[in-house]
Amino acid sequence: MYSFIKKYTETMQDQNIYPLFSLLVFLVFFVAVLWYVKVLDKKEVEEIKNLPLEQ
Amino acid sequence: MQVESFQYDNKTVRNFAIATIIWGIVGMTVGLWIALQLVFPTVLNLQPYFNFGRIRPLHTNAVIFAFVGNAMFMGIYYSLQRLLKARMFSDVLSKIHFWGWQLIIVAAAITLPLGFSTAKEYAELEWPIDIAITLIWVVFGFNMFATIIKRRERHLYVAVWFYIATFVTVAVLHLVNSFELPVTLFKSYSWYAGVQDALVQWWYGHNAVAFFLTTPFLGLMYYFLPKAANRPVFSYKLSIIHFWALIFLYIWAGPHHLLYTALPNWAQSLGIVFSFMLIFPSWGGMINGLLTLRGAWDKVREDVILKFMVVAVTAYGMSTFEGPMLSLKSINAVAHFSDWIIAHVHIGGLGWNGMLTFGILYWLIPRIYKTELYSKKLANIHFWLATLGILFYAIPMYWAGFQQVAMWKQFTPSGQLKYQFLETVTYMAPFYAMRALGGTLYLTGAIIGMVNYFKTIGKGTLHANEDAEAPALEKAYTQHTGEHWHRWIERRPTPFLLLSLIVILIGGLVELVPTFLVKSNIPTISSVKPYTPLELQGRDIYTREGCYTCHSQMIRPFRSETERYGEYSKAGEFVYDHPFQWGSKRTGPDLAREGSGNLKKSNTWHYNHFEEPNSISTGSVMPSYSFLIDHNLDTATTRLKINAMRTLGVPYAADYANKANQDLMAQAKGIADDLNKNGIKVPANKEIIALIAYIQRLGTDISKK
Repeated sequence: MYSFIKKYTETMQDQNIYPLFSLLVFLVFFVAVLWYVKVLDKKEVEEIKNLPLEQ
Repeated sequence: MQVESFQYDNKTVRNFAIATIIWGIVGMTVGLWIALQLVFPTVLNLQPYFNFGRIRPLHTNAVIFAFVGNAMFMGIYYSLQRLLKARMFSDVLSKIHFWGWQLIIVAAAITLPLGFSTAKEYAELEWPIDIAITLIWVVFGFNMFATIIKRRERHLYVAVWFYIATFVTVAVLHLVNSFELPVTLFKSYSWYAGVQDALVQWWYGHNAVAFFLTTPFLGLMYYFLPKAANRPVFSYKLSIIHFWALIFLYIWAGPHHLLYTALPNWAQSLGIVFSFMLIFPSWGGMINGLLTLRGAWDKVREDVILKFMVVAVTAYGMSTFEGPMLSLKSINAVAHFSDWIIAHVHIGGLGWNGMLTFGILYWLIPRIYKTELYSKKLANIHFWLATLGILFYAIPMYWAGFQQVAMWKQFTPSGQLKYQFLETVTYMAPFYAMRALGGTLYLTGAIIGMVNYFKTIGKGTLHANEDAEAPALEKAYTQHTGEHWHRWIERRPTPFLLLSLIVILIGGLVELVPTFLVKSNIPTISSVKPYTPLELQGRDIYTREGCYTCHSQMIRPFRSETERYGEYSKAGEFVYDHPFQWGSKRTGPDLAREGSGNLKKSNTWHYNHFEEPNSISTGSVMPSYSFLIDHNLDTATTRLKINAMRTLGVPYAADYANKANQDLMAQAKGIADDLNKNGIKVPANKEIIALIAYIQRLGTDISKK
């Protein structure tokens, strides 16, 4: 398995795919976080938000 | 539900607070000392132990790991217990963590002036200390994690997320970057060489800024700023976006330290894109911090703690605006290697870390000692001295940086470089003096702060164990209807830790793996050969003395650099460099081709220059290295070093280690004879001979036929 990966990466031609791939991964991740924040329960957020102020 | 009584551990918090104050003063004093060394080089460089190259790492390590490190632990131990409504898991582990960390700091303070250094910035400590750091870090992580497991509060507040990400990522960074092969008890070689070493180092270096100086402090900001302002954070949702976007993006940003170098272009582009995007989460966090004070700005006028925190958050905003800008190639081409970068990092260090730490200390010490602050007036004086100190520090350094670069790059109408490098050094003198004044102001403020803290401690009594009550956590959690999966992960710290780990590993792997595996990244140059034994020994003196703190070995492909230093550096030239020595600052000139072309100088020149730099280059700020004339070269290590290099893949012949010293002595004798011919009588077995051999080798390989 390792030798397969090694052989593939050693001879890989188009490394520009890396920045593109990274950007795409981030975009997907970021959209997921935005969605996550959007569906958060407001009441619960209020509760968590006030945690530091509890004595 | 049954209410449980328990106690918070304030003693560990107090211990870390005192360590923060003391190490802060020590770290800043060393900083002021090296600042003054650039103003009075002949008076304040006390060779060999207190030369600039040896104590500059002491300054950076002290402020990062001793001052900021202890401040981070102080804040985490205080806030974590309260956010989780639980005492730290184990008092014994807290104690081991505290004393272990202090011992590591003491070990650093002793070994760095002695010259035990890996010569990798902010990771200079040698391998036994690296192992100790790993162990103590695990103790800290285990203690924190076990506390999270036994908590009485179901939700993990965002500050705790930042603490978890800090723990995980620093562990990964430290392990990967400290991969080194021990040669002797206090000498090791980096496992990686050249371009790969550079990439790993700056992946580490930048993320040390990200995950040691930033994420834990953002966690502290999200806890202590609402506490001090007595109002919740402006937007909790924004803090969630801030967290995930920040840890995802930061890990990719390292290559912006290597723009225009021999690093493959795709890796540079990757670094630029992600560094630029970092501005969004960073500013999201800053805005979230500042808007927490909405409607409470009148308080800021009166409350010195809030003043410290506002300046801290503003400085965070400034440096995280500047960082992405500096990552753009056109700006980086100008700013890199100059004093501009020194100004930039001190906005972060003095402003963000320093001011937030002082603010938290003013808030926390009276509380754990159940008393009032000794003097608000002194705290206000501290605030103003610190704020002015930052300005007096940064403005001259920005100005100096711009001027320095303008002079480096300026040509006459006939196409010649207008300034000798030395002229740019002497031009800096007044700016270095002004910077030292800024540092003095800041340090004076910190000393006044220390008096105030200790007077406060003196008039109160420590509540080592503070009583608290909270309902036990229900074992069986009843899910709300319509609850999403993410609520699940948020309640469960272990999957949360794994998710953060995956998020940071994506960036790390995509960036590092191809550089290690893809052969086309580092084209081979057949004329590049391993160092001779004498040159290798000389190189180890170069790294021991911390020459990389002032000299780069990386000529970028600009006309202003190729005219001054010769042909631009190629990736294939560094394949035997364990560790790489590209440097990050040019207080002195680049040395990549010091032994070749127009830059080549005689052995006599180097001998005299090392003995007394100022006698050869009037106005030079380089310390004297005359002790190298007296010190014998330790040839007993040659065999070990050659063998270690062989293990790392440097192609010395199989039995070469045993004969290496013969070659070493022959080459040394050649240099000594040459010096002798020119009237300098020096035995061949002195360290200075090895260093001259190394310097004369620099950059010569690619011009060989």
